[in-house]
Amino acid sequence: MTRLIAAAGLAKTYVLHVQGGTEIPVFADAELTAAAGECVALHGPSGSGKSTLLRCLYGNCKPDAGRIEVSHDGSEIDIVSAPPRAILAIRKQTMGYVSQFLRSIPRVSALDVVAEPLRVLGQPIETARARASALLARLNIPERLWQLAPATFSGGEQQRVNIARGFAAGLPILLLDEPTASLDAVNRRAVIDLILEAKASGTAVVGVFHDDVVRETVATRVVAMKPMVAA
Amino acid sequence: MNTPLLRVAGLGRSYGARLGCRDVSFELYPGEVIGVVGESGSGKTTLLDCLSGRLEPSAGTVEYLTRQSEMVDVYAMSEARRRLLMRTEWGAVRQNARDALRMGVSAGANVGEPLMAVGRRHYGGIRAEAEAWLDQVEISTDRIDDLPSTFSGGMLQRLQIARNLVTHPRLVFMDEPTGGLDVSVQARLLDLLHRLVVDLGLSAIVVTHDLAVVRLLTHRLMVMRHGTVVEEGLTDQVLDDPHHPYTQLLVSSVLQP
Repeated sequence: MTRLIAAAGLAKTYVLHVQGGTEIPVFADAELTAAAGECVALHGPSGSGKSTLLRCLYGNCKPDAGRIEVSHDGSEIDIVSAPPRAILAIRKQTMGYVSQFLRSIPRVSALDVVAEPLRVLGQPIETARARASALLARLNIPERLWQLAPATFSGGEQQRVNIARGFAAGLPILLLDEPTASLDAVNRRAVIDLILEAKASGTAVVGVFHDDVVRETVATRVVAMKPMVAA
Repeated sequence: MNTPLLRVAGLGRSYGARLGCRDVSFELYPGEVIGVVGESGSGKTTLLDCLSGRLEPSAGTVEYLTRQSEMVDVYAMSEARRRLLMRTEWGAVRQNARDALRMGVSAGANVGEPLMAVGRRHYGGIRAEAEAWLDQVEISTDRIDDLPSTFSGGMLQRLQIARNLVTHPRLVFMDEPTGGLDVSVQARLLDLLHRLVVDLGLSAIVVTHDLAVVRLLTHRLMVMRHGTVVEEGLTDQVLDDPHHPYTQLLVSSVLQP
């Protein structure tokens, strides 16, 4: 199996300067790999650093030590030391991320929010919107909402728009942070199917799945994480 | 792609004993948008003025890659050549649109004038292009002959943007582009700027104290305090995982509506 992402020796401690320099150690010497077609589930109690680890992989959080190598455009690039424009190129072409909350732009329709990752890859607008429509339909977002900006949608609808956006471009690596957290059974099943299809097509998935059924259905491997005790 | 559009090294400017900005170095690549944030008096406007050819720095260099792929030192060239560069390759969006617009001539003339300044002479072509740009910035084309003094603040700011972009600048400097506007007007302007930046592949340097503006518009962020850059990096990383005490203070001071 082709390894697409490999993290080693990762350490992260949040230092809260505005709160008297409080230190919150999250992990030390964490490691993780994910290969094409594999789904790695991060599992552990709240505060064990699952989301922080995912955010580090995406370059949204800066570890204090370690390396995160991503296969991108024929070479291995270390996210931890890469310049911002290299990370942005990786996010565009190689690695997608579904956060717990959608950050929407005023006035941009749900359809275009979902189509955007394809647009930035240079796909024609019709192709991008067709793919976006198919995803929104699979995730049971009523068609009358597609032309509206998602800011006014319910939490579950926003989350499904966010998921559709994450899956739109079919990138080789996909990071999922509790993708089914606020979804009902029907939509949870739709997300499970999307994840299984992505795996089958060779995507490396790394995710946090709070729901046991979801995790057991999609995960190839489970990485256990536990909270660090402050020294 | 691998040659920077702008290369800044050791840039500094002091006003006598008072410090404007000090030892700023960075490279801006084509298609990149950099945000500069910091409180009032942190030196961000001084930095922007030095970068944009309007204020000679007391230390360091600003080099720019021209359309002819020639790397030029902005302050080593003649004043005339620098002015030509500013007119033909750069744009500057000011906080107060009235400082940048000519209030005594029509909206259409405000957009058409920069085209004449770069040598365009065909009146019909200029007017058609002005109309197209008014439409781009969502100003009804039946306002083309009206004076800017009859426009609202949000419209003035959009007119200023049209006046700037009509000559297809390769690099745009923006100083508090949404400052002083109502929140609803800000959202519309931000959305417009976001679309223009993406569609036109603009490179830009945006100075603001509004973190929502940098989150939406910029790829990279520099945080300034007391004239120096205290933290820089990918915009979402700096905002979501700030390391420097001052950045943490800035991020944690934003009120959530």
